[in-house]
Amino acid sequence: MSSFTIGSGSVMAACGVDRVRPPSAAANIFTIGRRELRDAVRSRWFILYTLAFTGLGLSVSYISAASTGGSGLSGFGRTTAGLINLVLLVVPLMALTAGAGSIASDRERGMLSYLLAQPVTRVEVLIGKYLGLAGSLFACITLGLGLCALIVAWKGEATRPQSLLWLTGLTFVLALGMLSVGMLLSSVARRASGAIGTAIFLWLVFVFATDLVLMAGTLAFKLRIQELFALSLVNPLQVFKMWSLHSAEASLDVLGPAGLYASEEYGPMLHVIFAGCLLAWVVLPLVVAGAVFSRRSPV
Amino acid sequence: MIRIRELVKTFGRSRAVDGVSIDIAEGQSVALWGGNGAGKTTIIRCVLGLFRFGGTIEVGGLDVRRSGKRARRLIGYVPQELGFYDELRAAEAVRFFARLKGLRSRNEGEALGHVGLVGHEHKRVRELSGGMKQRLALAIALLGDPPILILDEVTASLDACGRDELVQLLSRLSRGGRTMLFASHRVEEVSSLANRVVMLERGRAVGECGVESFMPRLGLSTLLHLHIVESARVEAMTTLRAHGFAPRLNGVGLMVPVPAEQKAAPFRVLAQARIAVDDFELIRASEVGGVHPTQEVAS
Repeated sequence: MSSFTIGSGSVMAACGVDRVRPPSAAANIFTIGRRELRDAVRSRWFILYTLAFTGLGLSVSYISAASTGGSGLSGFGRTTAGLINLVLLVVPLMALTAGAGSIASDRERGMLSYLLAQPVTRVEVLIGKYLGLAGSLFACITLGLGLCALIVAWKGEATRPQSLLWLTGLTFVLALGMLSVGMLLSSVARRASGAIGTAIFLWLVFVFATDLVLMAGTLAFKLRIQELFALSLVNPLQVFKMWSLHSAEASLDVLGPAGLYASEEYGPMLHVIFAGCLLAWVVLPLVVAGAVFSRRSPV
Repeated sequence: MIRIRELVKTFGRSRAVDGVSIDIAEGQSVALWGGNGAGKTTIIRCVLGLFRFGGTIEVGGLDVRRSGKRARRLIGYVPQELGFYDELRAAEAVRFFARLKGLRSRNEGEALGHVGLVGHEHKRVRELSGGMKQRLALAIALLGDPPILILDEVTASLDACGRDELVQLLSRLSRGGRTMLFASHRVEEVSSLANRVVMLERGRAVGECGVESFMPRLGLSTLLHLHIVESARVEAMTTLRAHGFAPRLNGVGLMVPVPAEQKAAPFRVLAQARIAVDDFELIRASEVGGVHPTQEVAS
C-alpha cells in the first residue's frame, strides 16, 4: 500500500507549483486549444484525411495534366482548378465531422463536465476547442496542398504558386465555416454518433442535394437568373467554388448564365459578397453553438 | 464557505432537487447522504455551476451563477469516475489542469507522489486502474491548494482496498482543516470524513445531524458476530437481552446490533456473567446491506 502524506496545503508547497495569477480567458483558450490540437494531430482521422487529401491532390494534378495533353504533372493554374473539386468533396467532410465529434464525444465520455468543473468558462472551452481543431485543419490543408505544390513545382511545366496559395487560404476559410457548423451540431447533440451522422447528412446536402434542388427549382419555378445566383450563395460550397474560380479566371462564365450574370452585375464586388457569405458561415453557426453550449447541461 | 439556499433543479417535469438549503462553514466537512436518486450528485453539480438551477449558491461569497469561474478556483473536485483524456500521460494531465488553474507546475511527479502515484508519471491515463485514476483526480483537485474539496461518490468504483486507501487519505485532508462537501452512501466513509451529515431523499433534505449521532440515527449501526459455545448461547442471549441488547442466534454464535460507540459493551456484559466469547467479527452497517438512510431515520 502506498503511503500518503498529504495535509492541507502540503501538495502545492511540496511539489513546487506556485500560484501565479488568475487564469485569463486567453490563457485558458490557449491551453484548451493546444490540448485539442495535439489530440487531433495524433488522431487517426487526421492522418487518414491528410494522406487521402494529399494522395488525391497529386492524382488530380497528374490527371488534369494528362487530359490536356501534357506529359506529366501540370502547373499550378490547371492543378488549382482540378483541386477545387477535390477540396469541395474532402474538406467539408473533414471539418464537419471533426467539429461534430468534439463536444458531443467529450460529453459522452464525462470529460466535458470534468473540464467545466475547473475554473474555466464555457465560452473559453468552446473557443479553445474550435481554435485547436482549426489549427489541426490548417495543418492538414497546408500539408496536403503544400506537398502538391512542392511536387508540382518540381515536376510541372508552368508554375503559378500564388493561385495555390490563394486556394489554400480559401480552403481554410471554407474549413472554418464547416467546422463552425460541426461545432453547432456537437453542442446540440446528446451523442457523438448522432452529431457525426447529422454532419455526414449535411455534407451530402451541401455537396449533392443543393445542386439538384437548384436545378429542380429552376425548372419548376422558372427562377430568374438573379434568384438563382442568390440561392447559390446560401450554400458555402457553391460560394467557395465561385470565389475560387472567380479568383483564378476573373470571370464566372464557366459556371453558365448565373456566373456570367454575377460577373457582369457585381464585378470586383463579388470578392466582398463571397467573403461576406463565407465569413457568415464561420461566425453565425459558432455564435449559435456558443449560445446553445452555454445553456445545455454538460452531462 | 458554501451557502446553498432553496436550491431547485428540475429535469423536465421531475424535480431532482427540491428546496434544499445547506450552510457549510469554513473547515467543516459535510456529507450528502442518501440512496440513488436522492439528489446528491445533482446538488454537487449545481455547486460546480454545471447545471442551471433555481435558488442561490454562494461559494466563498461568490455567486456560482454570476462568478462561476472565480468560485471554481476555490474548489478542488473529484468526480465519481474520472472522464479524462485517455491518451494523456499522468504528468501531462497534472500540467494541463495546473495551467487551467493559473498555476505554473514545476514538478508534476511530486504532486502525483503525494497521492501514491510515484513511478506512474509517464503512464497514460487509460493505463491507470480505477483507484489510480481517482488518486490522479485527487492530485489534480489539490493543485493550487483550494480551500474547498468537493467529492462525488469517489469510492463508488473502487474495490475494498482502494476504497480504504482513498478514505484514509481524504480523512487526513479533512483533519487538515479543509472545507469538504461530499456525496456518499457508505456509512464508514461518512463516519470517517464528515462532521455533519445532510440526509436526502428524493431531492429533499429530510434530516441533518452531527456525525456522532449519525450512526445511532440510522438505527442499526454496527453488528457484532460473537462466537460462543453452543451450551452457553441461550444464557448469553438472556443476559444480553436483560441489558437492553437484541441478539439473535446465528450459526456458531450470536448476532448483536450495537451502537458504533458501544461495541465493547456486550463483551463487558458477558464477561460479568462469566460467559466466554471464543471469537468475534465486526460487521459494519454498510456491509449488512441495503440500508436506506431515510427509512432508518424515520424508524
